[in-house]
Amino acid sequence: MGAEFVALSLPPILIGVLVAVACALPGNFLLLRRQALIGDAISHVVLPGIVVAFLVTGLIATGPMLLGAAAAAVIAVIAIEAVRRLGRIEAGAAMGVIFTAMFAGGVLLLEQSDTSSVHLDVEHALYGNLESLIWLDATGWASLLDPAALAGLPVELPRMALALVVIALFLWLFWRPLALSTFDEGFARGLGIRTAPLGLALVIMSAIAAVAAFDAVGSIIVIAMFICPPAAARMMTNRLGHQVAWSVVFAALAAVLGYVLAGYGPLWIGADASVSAAGMIATLSGIILGVAAVAGPHRTRNG
Amino acid sequence: MLADALLLQLGYNATLVTIGAALLGIASGVAGTFLFLRKRALVSDAISHATLPGVGLAFVVMVAMGGEGRSLFGLLLGAGLSAAFGLLCVQWLTDRTRLGEDAAIGAVLSVFFGFGIVILTVIQTMNAGRQAGLEGFLLGSTAGMLRSDAILLAVSAALVLALVVILRRPLGLAAFDPGYAEATGWSLPRIDLAMMGIVLVVTVVGLKVVGLILIVALLIVPPVTARSWTERSDHVVIIAGVVGGVSGYVGAASSATAPALPTGPIVVLVGFAIFLFSLLFSPRRGVLASLLTHLRYQRRVHVRQGLLALAQGQPIYEVLTRRLLERAGLVLPDGVPTPAGQAAASKALLDETRWAIVRGDQAYALAATRYDGLTPIEDVLTPDQLTEVDGKIDAPQVVA
Repeated sequence: MGAEFVALSLPPILIGVLVAVACALPGNFLLLRRQALIGDAISHVVLPGIVVAFLVTGLIATGPMLLGAAAAAVIAVIAIEAVRRLGRIEAGAAMGVIFTAMFAGGVLLLEQSDTSSVHLDVEHALYGNLESLIWLDATGWASLLDPAALAGLPVELPRMALALVVIALFLWLFWRPLALSTFDEGFARGLGIRTAPLGLALVIMSAIAAVAAFDAVGSIIVIAMFICPPAAARMMTNRLGHQVAWSVVFAALAAVLGYVLAGYGPLWIGADASVSAAGMIATLSGIILGVAAVAGPHRTRNG
Repeated sequence: MLADALLLQLGYNATLVTIGAALLGIASGVAGTFLFLRKRALVSDAISHATLPGVGLAFVVMVAMGGEGRSLFGLLLGAGLSAAFGLLCVQWLTDRTRLGEDAAIGAVLSVFFGFGIVILTVIQTMNAGRQAGLEGFLLGSTAGMLRSDAILLAVSAALVLALVVILRRPLGLAAFDPGYAEATGWSLPRIDLAMMGIVLVVTVVGLKVVGLILIVALLIVPPVTARSWTERSDHVVIIAGVVGGVSGYVGAASSATAPALPTGPIVVLVGFAIFLFSLLFSPRRGVLASLLTHLRYQRRVHVRQGLLALAQGQPIYEVLTRRLLERAGLVLPDGVPTPAGQAAASKALLDETRWAIVRGDQAYALAATRYDGLTPIEDVLTPDQLTEVDGKIDAPQVVA
């Protein structure tokens, strides 16, 4: 069990947990600011960004793809704001117009260009391939201390860890102004906090999480993790710090349990193949939210 | 080929599908208008994503019962049931917990979609190759549709459209004036239920055409587009229907020309192109129109301020002001006013002086609110009132 587990299951589980936590952290603030669906929009527009990056550079490399995805996310945020102001349309509808159009553009570009030789398709973009992120060099738990074997880790693991560190650092540094501007924007502005750039920075942090996670796990898990763990945590407490802590716990729980259920669950009931880990993790996060919504101590509006 | 498709020359099935898509587009444009005006546009995103587990489960059930699992009617029935459950979840989370509607939408759409993916992977392992049709529900695909499916699609699209037309009055009432609707005896929750029911049916029928990821665009883009052309409620509904119908028609027709071309993205992009054009060029609310209005206003302010400066004998240094005055023939290139310029300047000064008196007098409080530095006072006061105001202008006095 040991060697197989370290090589085949440990890296995907770790990546899953990192993704879940990296998305849940900014998700807390997005939720409280009633911008929960920004995560949804961002993770849809990542696809055209990556397709355009591929068409421009002609290769499937991490650098250009991440850049393309990040650029698409920023363009989407600007376009949503522009449509909202120029067209005098409410934010939700503006978002719906922009992200569907960009996603449609991405799909069409993908279908029209010759990408059959490379691993790039819509399904992959939607639900990723967590199961394929295996660590071939591992021979057992001892490999965790072996530099040569560690070099063979899937690149998504260190990349995701880096993204998580950046996001955590941002939240730690700007905790007070973020909390203030989230709960009472007028007061925060009165204190001299520049709330508009701060809000944009938060969206960019979310975009970093979405873009880094996208390649490994697809967009569906990203949307689920932006919203479900923070929403469940919201039912547990009235304190922001506690809420963030709960959301991290819920996110990690959903990732680990979801992966295990997807990988081993079918075996337990006698089937011979596994199911989509990304889908299972999203489902698990929904179940956690459901339980919290039914039994959480602070689930209603007045308490 | 594309021209053939647009002229419905690609055979009976393709024609049925194209007409069905156009009818569906009209229905979704109209239904979407009510949704948009109730500010609940994105609820449809949750509904559409929530159809996926239903499609998968319906397939599993149909196969378990010994069928082939491809019956479009069965799949859509499953989609409708799970979409209704998803809608209930959104409603419950919004009403009974502290979550906002946006969070409830996001949670439902991601969790249902994730669960749907799980079921799709289960189906993949059940019996390879047999689930080929289900992928088409993600992005829509109308190429190579069975005749019975095409008929089902066209008929149900026509039925939805009829339903929307029948219910347009209460829906419009609730969308534009919920208070009045309640006061005249309509039950708002029931109208909302009917609206959501229609949106649900539109979504389910549209699954095969536009796909569940993008169907939300068919409900949002037409009303948003229509809004920039008119301020009248009945017109918004009609224009939204037309925009939706054109998107559906063109999208389905061009998708029929190539099997690899998914319908959904084309439908959405056609709609988006119309939206973009409207946003930029619509006569009243368009960006171009606003820009022109702004420029015109800016020029009027410049001319007015320039004339006031002339009247008081002050030199004008501002470049734009000088150019505007010069072009209007009010000043000569060296800054000296022409006779016409002098007349206009005196008129402007008189106007300003009269305004100053009106604004200082309580009796004219209402008229004073019309002051914006540009409106000629003759537009606001009667000749009699003007004579009265003129009486209060101080006569020129000799400076001692």
